[in-house]
Amino acid sequence: MLITQLKQIDEVKALAGAKTVIISCEGCKEVHFPAAEAKELYNDLKGSGTAQKVIRTEYVCSPENLAVQTKKHLPAIEAADTVLVFSCGVGVQSVSEMFDKKPVFAGCDTIPLPGYQGVTPLTVDCDQCGECYLNKTGGICPIALCSKSLVNGQCGGCKDGKCEVDKEMDCAWERIYRRLEKLELLENMKYPAQIRNFAPEA
Amino acid sequence: MRISELFARGEFVLTAEVGPPKGFNLDHLLHEAEEFLQDVHAINVTDCQSSVMRLSSLATCKALKDKGLNSIFQLTCRDRNRIALQSDLLSAAYFGIDNMLALTGDHTVMGDTKSAKPVFDLDSVSLLHCVKTLEGGFDLAGNELDGDAPKFAKGAVVSPCSDSVDVQLAKMERKIEAGAEYFQTQAVYDSEKFIKFMDRAKQYKVPVQIGVIIPKNAGMANFMNNNIAGVSIPAWVIEELKADKEKTKAGITGIEITARIIKECKDYCQGVHIMALGWEKHVPALLEQAGLK
Repeated sequence: MLITQLKQIDEVKALAGAKTVIISCEGCKEVHFPAAEAKELYNDLKGSGTAQKVIRTEYVCSPENLAVQTKKHLPAIEAADTVLVFSCGVGVQSVSEMFDKKPVFAGCDTIPLPGYQGVTPLTVDCDQCGECYLNKTGGICPIALCSKSLVNGQCGGCKDGKCEVDKEMDCAWERIYRRLEKLELLENMKYPAQIRNFAPEA
Repeated sequence: MRISELFARGEFVLTAEVGPPKGFNLDHLLHEAEEFLQDVHAINVTDCQSSVMRLSSLATCKALKDKGLNSIFQLTCRDRNRIALQSDLLSAAYFGIDNMLALTGDHTVMGDTKSAKPVFDLDSVSLLHCVKTLEGGFDLAGNELDGDAPKFAKGAVVSPCSDSVDVQLAKMERKIEAGAEYFQTQAVYDSEKFIKFMDRAKQYKVPVQIGVIIPKNAGMANFMNNNIAGVSIPAWVIEELKADKEKTKAGITGIEITARIIKECKDYCQGVHIMALGWEKHVPALLEQAGLK
């Protein structure tokens, strides 16, 4: 099980561009999704004219399903300058992989709960760290994809774009940098030194 | 003494590196440091380099200090969480050790104790931020320190010859933002690459010491080329090492190559950091040939 929790409303609003498409993932039995609060926020963003469209769907974690679900919305996504995803961390990463030329941001943090995690085979991972970094890192998760789960950039162990731990494994920070470079969002990486919070949720 | 003061005075700062033993007898290390490293401004002490368990950097820094030698406390984030890192920094301050170098550290699987838990609670950037926080009289939890706040010359590393130099520069900027006052680089063998790097790095106005490793033989050069991130050794270096095996074995070729690189690069940086890797005895000859003594 896991819980998705809305990020601070002001933080989410600051992420929305002038033409935002919202993807809201609502079907998963294993996730507690804050449906009422999310709806309120979508209405707020629609009211202010920033959200052009809200795509309510399910299982965006699965790339195949995501492709089917978003097919008829492609023109709207193409026209958007920002895609805001309300889902667990896996969903955000699947969307950012599929629309890798678009800034894709997370509207939620993902927090673990003990119990059944679902059986969908997935290509990306979310460690449910509770303080989603995807908005700083171009939708590529440094917690799950960096061997050291570094949150402040590349270490000195990257060779030919690969990780020192496993030559078959891409360096997550190399990918993050290249993605942000492509999106012309390298400024996003210049955040103050981050220190993770390992305290168990109260 | 803090080496940041030397940089501030415009001195060309020389440092060399020693690696503590896997054991608790420091006689050999201290003898070599006293014998061969008198002409450098400070001696870096590695922190379980390459994730190999050894005597601590802190204890070795203290032993060097007792011999009247200035040291740089290297601190990695691999083995300690933020409580232990802060505690060790306060211990360093207690011993009067006032130079530190922040590193993320190699992953545990790179060393001789692969089953160990990799910690990485902090990383090089957040460790620098942590030192700055302590210097402000508080710990990372926001609690006030008793008595005086510690003060360190805060160092960090960067790889100028990395194949990901853009990404390295971005990280360098983050380190400066977090408090880095000087940089030591990964080993440089390609002067042209280093000079190009410095052309981009000079905008930050933070002193950089070029890192050098005296190459011992062609095998070592090939190994580093293939396995060590951020090191790129041009063919001419390997050819020269192969040319006269006796001369290479005696260290003469390696010293010549390294001195040449230093001479080519020294006008573009603010110091030299020598990683002798057991060849401490060659450091005086290297400094002499590079025109630094």
